[in-house]
Amino acid sequence: MDFQLTREQEMVRKVMREFAEKEVKPIAAEIDETGRFPRENVEKMAKYNMMGIPIPAEYGGAGGDYISYAIAVEELSKVCATTGIILSAHTSLACWPILNYGTEEQKKKYLVPLAKGQKLGAFALTEPNAGTDAAAQQTTAVLDGDNYILDGSKIFITNGGEADIYIVFAMTDRSKGHKGISAFIVEKDAPGFSIGKIEDKMGIRGSSTAELIFKECVVPKENLLGQEGQGFKIAMSTLDGGRIGVAAQALGIAEGALEETVKYLKERQQFGRPLANFQGLQWMVADMQVEIDAAKLLVYRAAYNKMKGLPYSKEAAMAKLFASRTAMDVTTKCVQLHGGYGYTKDYPVERMMRDAKITEIYEGTSQVQQMVIASNILK
Amino acid sequence: MNIIVCIKQVPDTNEVKIDPVKGTLIREGVPSIINPDDKNALEEALRIKDMYEDVKVTVISMGPPQAEDALVEAIAMGADEAYLLTDRAFAGSDTYATSTALAAGIRYIGDYDLIFCGRQAIDGDTAQVGPQLAEHLGIPQITYVEELKIEGKKVVAKRALEDGYFVIESHMPVLLTAIKELNEPRYPSIKGIYEGYRGDKIKLLSAKDVGVDENTVGLNASPTNVLRSFTPATKSKKLEFLEGNPKEKARNLIVRLKEENII
Repeated sequence: MDFQLTREQEMVRKVMREFAEKEVKPIAAEIDETGRFPRENVEKMAKYNMMGIPIPAEYGGAGGDYISYAIAVEELSKVCATTGIILSAHTSLACWPILNYGTEEQKKKYLVPLAKGQKLGAFALTEPNAGTDAAAQQTTAVLDGDNYILDGSKIFITNGGEADIYIVFAMTDRSKGHKGISAFIVEKDAPGFSIGKIEDKMGIRGSSTAELIFKECVVPKENLLGQEGQGFKIAMSTLDGGRIGVAAQALGIAEGALEETVKYLKERQQFGRPLANFQGLQWMVADMQVEIDAAKLLVYRAAYNKMKGLPYSKEAAMAKLFASRTAMDVTTKCVQLHGGYGYTKDYPVERMMRDAKITEIYEGTSQVQQMVIASNILK
Repeated sequence: MNIIVCIKQVPDTNEVKIDPVKGTLIREGVPSIINPDDKNALEEALRIKDMYEDVKVTVISMGPPQAEDALVEAIAMGADEAYLLTDRAFAGSDTYATSTALAAGIRYIGDYDLIFCGRQAIDGDTAQVGPQLAEHLGIPQITYVEELKIEGKKVVAKRALEDGYFVIESHMPVLLTAIKELNEPRYPSIKGIYEGYRGDKIKLLSAKDVGVDENTVGLNASPTNVLRSFTPATKSKKLEFLEGNPKEKARNLIVRLKEENII
């Protein structure tokens, strides 16, 4: 048993922290306010190989490990949850399935530019009538000569409209139920592919969340990812990894909020002494730190299992369930500890509280995580 | 062109706390960083590497084995290779003994056109090692460089002074010490971190390896004696608080600046 990060992981944290503080934090409030996608953050991250941390160097990545990647998402999310999820969705949900299920040609054509950050990736599973019930896909893909023809729509797609490469799920054989779902790599300029509504969200407002529309969309048949009918398995295993990213994001949000609050408690004076001297508030701080540390251990354990090739589906679900709950609880308390100021946009904790909520919803709601955990225990 | 950059690993003084009783630095648990001015020195070397073909950037440091982390960071920023002078014989070296050891290390590395150092380290603030090193090697030096141009086999440097600057031209080889105004250091790349730790770009050198006489380095060869540590009195500068609401303050500030002939 060893709770120490390696020297590599420590340095990744140091670099990510400095990068987040100097490059990302200064625009975090602005992109929240305006809902602007922070393209410059993506370009800067690409420059320093942050867009493909756990992808092998031969495929354009940094050749790092999954804990380093979780740390990167965590550090970004401490100051800007939007940037955290841009990286997480890109790496976990777009790069990883191509790495794991793609052919050598697909890896060269799509994974290399993604992992280098020259292109941005997205993952499109959710539909208006297929949320938690992801198997109820209504988008269809029909083989027609050398192409598949996709028809249908997707909603709530993170990086949607901004991404260049999409992993899209569609029914190739409705009679087989979830075993009739297949996965495709779709380029943004594929004929018949367009972007619909961009969501106006409570939090992570700089992150683009879009509707994707496929109208007789032509996708070359060599862009089938894995085998026909393998789509549901690809989606579920991809989400297992994605949950580590979201859990790391939630962890970062909680840590960022507590850091801001500790600073505030030391500065803010009431009754002639700093808030930090009031025992009732000290107890809240202590409880928050315990929650954060527990969340951190769960997140790193899930990342460790993935890195070591051990099962991680249940561990990732536990990490996400607990870290997202922690993010919501900690940020709510942090707003409380800031009093009236915490409710204003003069302090970042109200943004963090709004950002925290989504971590209990996307890439599987908390209830889905509980289903995954319970099914692993009761099987 | 061969460029050698000297760097030092120092405690991050932003994170250092002072022992209230002894008045000394509490170094335990304090993260280590590349000395900030040295990062500017490295950035300038890398900038030259970006601009010209066939530029090799070699980094050298003297320190305990854990100083390797600083060299990994330098590799991750883009240096080609790095050497760490690490040996018990070097322990306790003052600036003079340090520059003796670094000079031996640089002679061991071989040919160079430019040597960059940071102006001074944040843990000692002496600004001596760079100039001493140039003397050991018998090459010219330009300190406090805030702007640098390469013109063939010459450099033209803007040397910052407290109330002005010199423009100095020198042939190569020359040693330059960088100040933070020189540039904005880049971040290390994530890929470079792994290459630094896993690859063979970093080599460790002992006193014997670089052929330095062990009697000329380390504590016994250090002429400096520390008699007392204290916080120096700050230079007396005029400090004035302006009164009034923000608008009045701004107006008063402009008036005062005009009175002083600053604007």
